[in-house]
Amino acid sequence: MDFGLDKKSNSLKTFNTIFIVIWLLLACFPFIWTFWGSFKVRADFFSRADWWYAITAFNTLIETGARFTKEAYSGAWFEGEFWKASRNTVIVTISVVSISLFLGTLGAYALSRSTKNYAFWILIIALIFRAMPHITLVSGYLFPFFQLQIWGILPTTIVVLVAINQPFTLWLLYSFFKTVPKELDESALIDGCSYFQAFRHIIMPVMWPGVITAGLFSLMLAYNDFTVTALLLNQENHTMVPKIQSYLGTNQHEGNLMWAVSAVVSATAPLFLLVMFFQRQVISGLTAGAIKG
Amino acid sequence: MPNRSFFWFFFPAGLAMILFIGLPIISTGIQSFYAQHDQILIEVKKCDPFGCKTSVVVDQEATSKIKEEKPLGKFNGFGTYVDRNHLASDQVSVFWSESKSLSEFIGKVGNLPFYKALVFTLTYCVIVTPCVLLLGFIIALSLNAISRKIRGPLIFGTILPMIVTPLVGSLVLFWMIDAEGIIGANLQILMDDPYLSVKSSKALTWITIIIYGVWHHSPFAFVVFYAALQTVPQEPLEASIIDGASRFQRVKHIVLPHIYPVVTFVALISLMDNFRVFEPIIGFSAEGSAQSLSWLIYDNLVNEEVILFGSAAATSIMTIVGISIILTPVLLRTWKEFRTNR
Repeated sequence: MDFGLDKKSNSLKTFNTIFIVIWLLLACFPFIWTFWGSFKVRADFFSRADWWYAITAFNTLIETGARFTKEAYSGAWFEGEFWKASRNTVIVTISVVSISLFLGTLGAYALSRSTKNYAFWILIIALIFRAMPHITLVSGYLFPFFQLQIWGILPTTIVVLVAINQPFTLWLLYSFFKTVPKELDESALIDGCSYFQAFRHIIMPVMWPGVITAGLFSLMLAYNDFTVTALLLNQENHTMVPKIQSYLGTNQHEGNLMWAVSAVVSATAPLFLLVMFFQRQVISGLTAGAIKG
Repeated sequence: MPNRSFFWFFFPAGLAMILFIGLPIISTGIQSFYAQHDQILIEVKKCDPFGCKTSVVVDQEATSKIKEEKPLGKFNGFGTYVDRNHLASDQVSVFWSESKSLSEFIGKVGNLPFYKALVFTLTYCVIVTPCVLLLGFIIALSLNAISRKIRGPLIFGTILPMIVTPLVGSLVLFWMIDAEGIIGANLQILMDDPYLSVKSSKALTWITIIIYGVWHHSPFAFVVFYAALQTVPQEPLEASIIDGASRFQRVKHIVLPHIYPVVTFVALISLMDNFRVFEPIIGFSAEGSAQSLSWLIYDNLVNEEVILFGSAAATSIMTIVGISIILTPVLLRTWKEFRTNR
């Protein structure tokens, strides 16, 4: 909406700028503050005496002799075994993204090229499945998984996350494949390719923009998941997010709060970098059909 | 595409969805009709020099044997659905006959665990959803009026609350709002009340979680509205400017009608997301004063003594019913879109 005719009044412009600045402060300051605080000791970041200590680093100076300390990080990563949790997160995320893209591209391509009625019904069912709260699905998994003795291990969680992710991936890639002209693969079929060959040689080279967007959303789902990973993995195999929760302890004053703070920063930073690089794809994915991941 | 190739292309994705979404829903349904076994009690006669006593103890062997034979538990029919922790039909009818006024009745029913959670879940949905729409729309409008050159970083800053997982987002806010955090401490000074703390009062906890909800979900509404604003046609806007329409009138009569379908869609999607609120309750450690339906299920599943499969399943089924009610308009809309596209 750039109207050449629209002469905005100065007061409106100022108001607009102030509003945006306030909103950005609200949106970003909590993260900046947590990042800053993660380099302090607990007595400063959660100061009972004076919150100003978090800035002047009063206790951090006394306890460590410097204004910034990496204590919380070394504690969480080594003593708290956060390295193990992040290794598990990497395994889970990479597997979930690659498997769900593999299944999703094949399935969505078929859906987009089918004119049959059942394709429509499958999409509707996928929409219903997407709306299911994950916790209700987990309550369905636990009992059979205990019986089959596949509870607690990474492969189970990976398969579950892939499945939970499929409806969204299918919808996203379906709307993407709809924008790829049919004539492209139809001409290959006429030349004697099988559907699979057409997919392999004609569609695969042009599908990457859609695949990157879908991949980002699978990645965010797998990386951010709490419900499934917290309830389906045992202590040993916990990924980052349930691990952070375990640092909290049952109440505020047990557990190791500063570990949780540094773990939160460690877990959030890669995600922010990723979104910074792929902002365009994230936004196009959110608006495609306005279905959220 | 012929059926045969369609089948092979779709088979892996379909199988995954049937096995891990379709079947679990059915399994939840079945589990909800079972309850865990009662412990088998036996009378033991114990004699010592002072005489004989009979006492009732749990027969561990028989209990574990029956558990092994029927791991699902005993059949309970709709028993779990109507017990005190769910619909509580007995209690509700007792309250109905005992209560003198309607407000007394509502107050009593509101204290039953399921209804308590339902009230919180619905309050959260009803307040957060419109706020999210409004805030998202205002941010989209304001950002749209800002120079294109600096929009990129601004959009990045705006969507940050949305991309972190709710647990992390709520923790980050909680650490600031808590009595020992920066905002909490300043509020204490401002209100001149050294014991003021979010956790101490139910109303404050609810407000905090609701504010968190708006903070977390608004960026999603913003992104969709922002994209929709780019598609608003220029000609009617220019014409209205020439006709002397104010900025507000332009938004009301041209922009809003144009993006109206998107607004309803965002509203329904965030309603569905808000209905399953659960992680912020853990992040804010607000279990004491705010419980949601999803939290009840989680609580049953992490129960330390024995996992209450039946109870969790019954709550799950009722949550699914709630979601279906919200989902119906979305489905109808998709249906219509599909029919017209074909």
